[in-house]
Amino acid sequence: MGRLFAIEIIYRGIFQKTLAKNISRAIVLAAHAEGKPGISFGRYGDSPERNGIPAKNFAIVATDDQTLEEGMAKYEPKEVDVTIAVDDTLCKGVESWAWYGLQPVNKLLKPGGALIVTSREQLQTLIEMAHRKEHPYQLAIVKGTVSFSGLWVYKDDHTDVRILGTIARLLPDLFSLESVQKVIMGEWKDPVKTASAAKAYERTTTTTVLPDQGNPETPYKFDLPKWHEMGDGIAIPSIPAGHSIEDPATHAIGGFRPDRNPTFKKFTTRTMRPVVNFDTCIKCTLCWLQCPDSCFDVTPDELYDANMQACCGCGVCEAVCPVKDCVTMVNEAEFRDNSSQWEMWKNDKPGYEKWLKEKIAVHPERSHGFRYRGQYEEQIPEMLEVAREG
Amino acid sequence: MATMATEVQEKHQTDETALITGSEAIAVACKLADVDVITAYPIRPYDTVMQYVAKLVANGELDCEYIVAEGEHSQFEIVKHASACGARVFCGSSGVGWMYAMEALTVTPALRIPMVAMVGNRALDDPGAFGVEHNDALTVRDLGWTLVWVDSAQEALDTALIAYRVSEDRRVFLPCAISCDGAFLTHSQALVKIPSQEKVDEFLPRYNRADLLLHPDNPITVAPQGNEDWVMEIRRQNFAAMERVPGILREAYADFERIFGRPYPNPFFEEYQTEDADIVLMGMGTLSTPVKVAIREMRQKGKKVGFVRMRWFRPFAAEELAKTLSRFAAVGVIDRDYSFGSPYLGGVLTGEVRNALYPSPGRKPPVLGFICGLGGREVTVPDVQRMSESVYQAAKGKSVPLTQWIGLRE
Repeated sequence: MGRLFAIEIIYRGIFQKTLAKNISRAIVLAAHAEGKPGISFGRYGDSPERNGIPAKNFAIVATDDQTLEEGMAKYEPKEVDVTIAVDDTLCKGVESWAWYGLQPVNKLLKPGGALIVTSREQLQTLIEMAHRKEHPYQLAIVKGTVSFSGLWVYKDDHTDVRILGTIARLLPDLFSLESVQKVIMGEWKDPVKTASAAKAYERTTTTTVLPDQGNPETPYKFDLPKWHEMGDGIAIPSIPAGHSIEDPATHAIGGFRPDRNPTFKKFTTRTMRPVVNFDTCIKCTLCWLQCPDSCFDVTPDELYDANMQACCGCGVCEAVCPVKDCVTMVNEAEFRDNSSQWEMWKNDKPGYEKWLKEKIAVHPERSHGFRYRGQYEEQIPEMLEVAREG
Repeated sequence: MATMATEVQEKHQTDETALITGSEAIAVACKLADVDVITAYPIRPYDTVMQYVAKLVANGELDCEYIVAEGEHSQFEIVKHASACGARVFCGSSGVGWMYAMEALTVTPALRIPMVAMVGNRALDDPGAFGVEHNDALTVRDLGWTLVWVDSAQEALDTALIAYRVSEDRRVFLPCAISCDGAFLTHSQALVKIPSQEKVDEFLPRYNRADLLLHPDNPITVAPQGNEDWVMEIRRQNFAAMERVPGILREAYADFERIFGRPYPNPFFEEYQTEDADIVLMGMGTLSTPVKVAIREMRQKGKKVGFVRMRWFRPFAAEELAKTLSRFAAVGVIDRDYSFGSPYLGGVLTGEVRNALYPSPGRKPPVLGFICGLGGREVTVPDVQRMSESVYQAAKGKSVPLTQWIGLRE
C-alpha cells in the first residue's frame, strides 16, 4: 500500500482564486516530477465564488495510481497533511457560502500536520485566532503582505513559490526543493522565482501549537434534517423580521435589530471591519441604507451599530459615510471577538475613545484594490521587501 | 475553410502530458479535431469547456467561429445549421440549460446532424443546484442521439475524438452527447496524455456532408413539412442509422487502439474484476472510483464483487450486456438519476438493464436498483459496501426491496 498526501489551500474567493489554483497545480506538477501521480481541484460547492468568501482548493498526490484512486474516492479529503491559509484572517474560521457552517481553519489537519499561513502578524496572534485542536499541530508563517488580486489580474509577488518552497521543507516526502524549482522554470520560466522558493525553504521555521492553545469557542454545530422532516415543495420558513433592543446603560427599549440566521453566518468573509465613532455620527442613515448585508442594527438612541455576526467587511459604509473618520475600516486581525461597539461605547465612553484611536491607527489596504494597469507592479517591490526581511 | 486550417497545424511527434480538467480535455479534443464552429452559453459546470475553448481561440491555438449565443436554444440551433453547411461543430450545456435547448435537441438527430455536444451533468432545478445528476442528458435518450458517459479526463478526450469519427460517418450522421459528471470530472485536474496532431489526423477524416450539404451548388430543401404519409418512414431511417452505430463504433475503437495505442477492450462497457465475481454492481460516470476502491476492500475480506461501468447508453449493448450479466448471481444497478413512477420505482439505468435481460436466452440474475449520489452527493465506499450486501442477499434468494435510496438522511 502506497502513501497518500492531501493538501488544502484555503483562500479568499475571487481575490486569491488564481493564487490558490497556481499553488495546487504546482504541488501536483512538482510531485509528478518525482513520479507521483496526483490531481488538483477546487471545492465545487464554493463556486461560483464571491469576493472574499473563504474557499478551498485541494491537491491529492499518491505514490502510485491505486492509492491515488483511494484519495479520489472521497469528494474531498477528510484529513490533510498540510493546510495553507493564504490570508491570515482566515485563521478565525472558514465558512464557505455553500452552507457547510463555520469550520476551524485547522479542522482537517492530521496530528502533527502543518498549517502554513501568509502573514505579517506574530505567531502568538495567529495561534490565538485559530480554534483549539484536540492534538498538536505545526504552525509556519510565510512572512509577507497578504496577496490579494482580482479575477482577471494576478499579483505576481512570489507568494505562490514561497509557499511551495515551504511545503518542500515541511513535507520532504512529497517533493524536494529541486522538483519545485523545476516546475517553477516550466510554468513561470523565472529564475528569480526559483530563488524566492529556495529562500522560503531555508527560512522555514515551525512552532508546535498545543491542544490548550487557541480560541476555546466551539464553532456552530447543527444537524441536517431527515427527508421526511423537511417541508414539501422546497419551501422553508423565513427568519422572523426582527425586534427592538435594550440600551445597556439606560435600559431604554427601542431601535431595531433584524433577526439573522442562527446557524449560517457570513463574517468569516471579513478581512477588515468598520469601526464607528459614535460621537461624530450625524445619524444620516447612509451606512444603514447602503450596507449590502443589512448588518447595521438601529440602536434605541438612533445610532447605527455594525453587527459583527453579519458584517462581511466590504467597506461600503466607510465609502458612503460623509463624516471624516466616523467609519474606518480596520484590519480584522486586530480584533478578538464580535462584540458590539455601541455597547462598549455606552458602557465606557472614555475607554471606547482610547480603543477607537488605537484601532484606526491600523488601516492597511486589504482589498484587491485594482484600479489601474501597472498598479500591482508598483506594489510588488514593497511586498518583496517584506518577504526578504523574513 | 477546413482544409486551410490543417496546413498550419503544429507538428508534434509524441504525446504530451498535461494537468487538465475533464472540460479542458474536451476543449483540447476540439482543438485536435480542428472544429470549425463552436457556440457557447454559460451554465455550470459546462461553462468550463467554453472558457477553455475561448482561451484556445484567444491564444491563436484554435481557428474557429466561436459564437456566444443569447441562450441555449440559439446555441444549439446555430451549430445545427453550420453542420448542415458542412462545418464540424461543437456545443454543450448542463442541467436546465440543456432542457431549454430541448426543441433544438429534438430536431438535430432527425435532420441527421453529426453534432458533438458535451453535457456537464447537473441536477435539474428546482432547487437550484450545481451537483451531478444524470437526468439532464438522459432526456435525449429516445430521440436519436448517441449518448456516452466517461469517467476520467483521458477518457473524455479520447471519447470526443471517437464521437466525431462515428457521428460524422455517412452511415450514421447522428449527434452525440458526451456526458461528464459535474465537479468530479469537469472541475478536477488530472494528468492527461495529449496525442499528437499526426495521430489525430490519421484517425479522424474531415467531415464530409456529401449529398446532404446545404449549399447553392447542391440545391436541396432541408426539413419540409411531413404528414402521416411520411413521418413513419423518416423515423425508420433514424432507427436504421442508430442500428448501424454499434458496428461503426467497434471499427472506430479498433482504429483508435491501433493509432493511439490506448485500448478500450469493450467500447460499450468496462468490466472491473468480473472474471471470478459472484455479484456485480453497475453504474455510469465517475462513481466508478469509489466503487472500484470499495471492491478492492471487499475482496480483501473474501467478497467477490465486480463492476460493470456502462459507457455507451445509446446505443445500448443489450445482448452483450445480458450475456455478461448471466454469469453473476445478482446485479445491483446504481443510478445517479431518478424516474419517478417507473416500473418498480427504479432509476433509468436499472429499468434498461432489466429490459435488456428479459428476452435474453441465458440466466436472468435478479436486478436491484439503487438511487444514490443525487445532486452531487458523494457516493461513499461504505455506501457501496451496503449496496453489495443487499445484492448478496438477493443472490441468496432473500426478499430485498427492488429499489433503495442510499446515502439519504432517513
